[in-house]
Amino acid sequence: MTATSREIIAQRIANELQDGDVVNLGVGIPTLVSKYIGDKKIYLQTENGLLGMGPPPSDLDIDIDLIDASKNPITTTVEASFFDSAFSFAMIRGKHVDVAVLGTLEVDQYGEIANWSIPNQPILGVGGAMDLVAGAKKVIVASTLFNKSGASKLVPKLTLDSSGERRVEQFVTEYASFSFIGEKVYVTAIYGALSFAELQERIPVQLTK
Amino acid sequence: MVYLTIIRDVKDLEFLFKDSMKLLVGGFGLSGTPLTILDAVATFQAGNYIVVSNNLGDSGQGLHKVFTAGKIDKVIGSFFTINPEAIVAWSAGQLAIELLPQGTLAEAIRCGGAGIGGFYTPTAVGTRLAVGKEVREIDGERYLFEKAITGDIALIKAAKADKAGNLVYHTTARNFNPLMATAAKIVIAEVDTIVEIGELRAEEIITPHIFVDYIVQSTYKKEGGHYIDSN
Repeated sequence: MTATSREIIAQRIANELQDGDVVNLGVGIPTLVSKYIGDKKIYLQTENGLLGMGPPPSDLDIDIDLIDASKNPITTTVEASFFDSAFSFAMIRGKHVDVAVLGTLEVDQYGEIANWSIPNQPILGVGGAMDLVAGAKKVIVASTLFNKSGASKLVPKLTLDSSGERRVEQFVTEYASFSFIGEKVYVTAIYGALSFAELQERIPVQLTK
Repeated sequence: MVYLTIIRDVKDLEFLFKDSMKLLVGGFGLSGTPLTILDAVATFQAGNYIVVSNNLGDSGQGLHKVFTAGKIDKVIGSFFTINPEAIVAWSAGQLAIELLPQGTLAEAIRCGGAGIGGFYTPTAVGTRLAVGKEVREIDGERYLFEKAITGDIALIKAAKADKAGNLVYHTTARNFNPLMATAAKIVIAEVDTIVEIGELRAEEIITPHIFVDYIVQSTYKKEGGHYIDSN
C-alpha cells in the first residue's frame, strides 16, 4: 500500500462529507481524512469523550491527557465539549453521529464489513468499532481495494469476523467508490487506473454501473 | 453519613484489598489512569483479581504493572491488542479475557451504578461477541442483552478533588472514571490537586462527593508526551 493510495482515499472521503456533519474517524486511513476537510465545518467526535477535535498540537503544547481514540495527542476546537464514555457511546448508538469513517479488512456484497479481527491472530481487541458500525447514521469504509496478495477485499461472503449486521453505505478505495443499495453493488466513481471491465474482472462480486 | 478519608501514603490502602476482588479501573490508554494507586496495588499482598478496564495499561505503566506482578486472573475490557504480554498469558491459559465492545463496556458500568440490571444494545448483534447472549427484536430491530457490571473497588483518576470528595476531570482523562465512581462498593480517587471545600464551582463538579471514599494525591506529572513518577 503506497502512502499515495492512502492519501487519495482520504481525500475522496473528505469530499463526501457535508458542511455541518458530526464525524467520527477511525484508525488508519480514516485519520488522514481530517487533513482534507478544507473550509467545510465538520465536528469531529472521538469516542474517548470529545466532540470538537482540533489538529495535532506542536510538541511543546502536548497535553498527554488529551488524546484521540488512537491515543495520539490532539487539540480542541472553540465549540468543543468533553463527556464520559457512556455519554460518548450514547451519542454514537443514539444516531447523533452523521458519518463514521472506518477502516476495513473485508466488505461483502451487501456492505457487511469485517474490520476488527486480524487474520491468524487471537481476537482480543474490538474497541469502539462495533458501536460505530451499529450506530452511526452513515458508515463509509476506507481501504485499499486489494490485499497484499492481490485479492479483492470486496468479497461475496466475509471470511473474517463480522463487525455487525448493519450494512455500510459506501466503500471508498483508491480505484473506485462503491455504494451498497438494495442487493446491488454500484460503482459510483472510477478513479482512472482500472476501467469498469477491469474492476469486474478482479472483483468476485457482480458490479453495477 | 458519608465519610471521606484523605490518604497520605498510598500504602495505607492495602487493608482494603482482598483476594479475588473485582476491581474497576479507569483510563483510556493511560489517560485518566490512577497510576500511583496501581503502582501500590502491584506491591500489595492480595491478588487473583478480576479487573474491569478498557485496556490493561500501556507502555509498561498502569495496570500493566499489576498484571506483570501476577495479580490478575481475568480482565473484562474492549482493547487488549496493545498488550502483547497479556496476549501471551491468554494463549498460555494464564489469563482469562472477556471482550466487550467499548460502548457496551461503558453502558454496562453506567447501568451497574444506576441500579439497572442490564440493557439491550444493537452493537455486536450477529457477531462472534454475541455468541451465547440473548437477542431480542424490538420494533423491528435486533438487540443484544448485556448485563450490568459492578465491582468491589473502583480505582479512578480525577484532576481535582475538594476535601468533601467532589471531583472534576481534565479533558479526555474523564472517560470511564465518573461511571466507575458509581459502580463499586469502595471508590478510591487519585487526584492531581486537593482543594478546600467551596473552591470548586458546583456546576463544574462531575462526580458528587457521596460516591468517593478515599482520595490519594497523585505522584505523577505530565511531561511532554509522558507520565513521569515524581517520587
